[in-house]
Amino acid sequence: MTGFLRSEFFHNYRRSSSAVIGSALMLGFAFAVMVGPFLVAQNPYDIAALDLMDSYKPPVWLEGGDPRFPLGTDGQGRDVWASILYGARISVFIGLVAMVASCTIGTLLGLVAGFYGGIVDSVIMRIADIQLSFPSILIALFLMSAVGTGVDKVLIALTAVGWVVYARTVRGSTLSEIEKEYVQAAKVAGLPNHKIIRKHVLPNVLTPLIVIATIQVGTFVLIEASLSFLGVGVPITQPSLGLLIKNGFDVLFSGLWWTSVFPGIAIMILVFGINLFGDFLRDELNPRLK
Amino acid sequence: MMANTAQHPLLEVRDLHTYFHTFSGTVKAVNGVSFAINEGEVMGLVGESGGGKSVVGFSILGLIDSPGRIEAGEILLEGQNLVAAGEDRLRAIRGREISMVFQDPMTSLNPLHTVGKQMDEVLRLHSDLDAEARHAACVEMLESVGISRAADRLKAYPHQFSGGMRQRVVIAIAMLARPKLIIADEPTTALDVTIQSQILKLMRAQIADKGASMILITHDLAVVSEMADHITVLYCGNVVERGRTRDVIENPSHPYTRGLIDSIPDTTKRLDRLSQIPGSVPDIRNLPHGCNFRDRCPRAQARCASEEPKLMPQHASLMAACHFPLEPGDTA
Repeated sequence: MTGFLRSEFFHNYRRSSSAVIGSALMLGFAFAVMVGPFLVAQNPYDIAALDLMDSYKPPVWLEGGDPRFPLGTDGQGRDVWASILYGARISVFIGLVAMVASCTIGTLLGLVAGFYGGIVDSVIMRIADIQLSFPSILIALFLMSAVGTGVDKVLIALTAVGWVVYARTVRGSTLSEIEKEYVQAAKVAGLPNHKIIRKHVLPNVLTPLIVIATIQVGTFVLIEASLSFLGVGVPITQPSLGLLIKNGFDVLFSGLWWTSVFPGIAIMILVFGINLFGDFLRDELNPRLK
Repeated sequence: MMANTAQHPLLEVRDLHTYFHTFSGTVKAVNGVSFAINEGEVMGLVGESGGGKSVVGFSILGLIDSPGRIEAGEILLEGQNLVAAGEDRLRAIRGREISMVFQDPMTSLNPLHTVGKQMDEVLRLHSDLDAEARHAACVEMLESVGISRAADRLKAYPHQFSGGMRQRVVIAIAMLARPKLIIADEPTTALDVTIQSQILKLMRAQIADKGASMILITHDLAVVSEMADHITVLYCGNVVERGRTRDVIENPSHPYTRGLIDSIPDTTKRLDRLSQIPGSVPDIRNLPHGCNFRDRCPRAQARCASEEPKLMPQHASLMAACHFPLEPGDTA
């Protein structure tokens, strides 16, 4: 641990305000998501805990605010603050799981395409190119309307959208990596291809993926929110931040702005934090920028 | 001569043709190369860049990737034809019976694994030793290439070694499975001059010690003359001359070899300009008819344009492909 505290990485981290702010936002968010639901009085999914008499209470600092509901309530009398804490769990969960799945699948396909080349490479990369020519939200929307809604379907759609960027990056680095003499040396030593890929190519193409993966969590949270907002995302029983915005959107212009705006701010803080930290990682892990 | 006896040379390459089929034409990188190496011998494979030297090395190991292909010829390792061998057989031979030392020790080791792990990998693949025995073998091998505190150094990463030290590690890895043949592709080109001779001495000692043979691929005649028993000179994918090192260096019969030797700086003579071979290697995709070297050759005559010279016995041990070979004492 002391080794890490004295490392160049940590030194640069402390000197970079965007990294400190970004990671503070991310950690704060992680803490709120993990611990938050135990700290709020009301479980917004427990119908017995809801009281329609509490519906559309404004935030506590406005007239008519109720100290039990610091950010106000929605039409069912749900505490917006509690809904955000619960909803962020779903958003972050979807973002992380979809990122891990995309990264795994994309890396695998990129390695295979780059290492073996030829027809395998052409097929994988043409699919990737076709995907890139559509906005990712459109592909996800199309998939969701085909397979139906639900958290698992959202994960499938996000993974189908997200693998491309890993596959392209990994393929590129694989191509330059297999030209290097240590890969030739491994071939000359008689190592079978799968071992060369696993032991010699894979570890050398991973670094750029850390940055992509970080930023992608933020992107996925946004795409999921958009899908849910459009009504093809998570089901109403598992409201993510995006669904919270949609639920409040109907009454947004009736002056009941808090049900939509606060979940929106939550998404913004989360994605902003992730992107700040991702930018720092990109500068830090890219030897050319040093 | 010894046609029907059981004795084979360790490696015999017969009429090897390796072509690369590219969009802009067929590159005949190796176009009818033959040579043989006996056990314990060092053969120098010499020529300019683009002469097909490295392609010969990779052909022997069966590592020619598309669009390249071995079009014709035989590569006999102890009488067994590697060109016809399957990938499984080749993989068993690579590293075990034939290994390779690369040019640049800065890139021929994986930066992310310790030296010990990279050595261990070879032994795991090519021996039945247990972990302890493999470790002992790695320590012993590392010590034998002149790296002190070998047990500690096994835990170090490549970047913690200097260039010369890394090449020692690369040689240690190449020797680890006790191969019969080592192909060294420009093993000292990327090293400081001061380190070069150390590494050459080390390689010489290692192959003598282990009874291995070596193909030394280089453009540097000074290096081969120190190391090799025989020299084969390649030009545009063809053998233009071969013979015992002493004969080739002292009295070459091919004008190309003469040119290569004359372009070595000689510090004992004061010259205003270093001798060079005029012109450059012709476009290998459409080689001229006749002798490939004739446009650069001071002895070229009409016959060189019409008739391709065959490899013929010359004076001493030499074979050369030239219509007008040099005799001892001739200058180009």
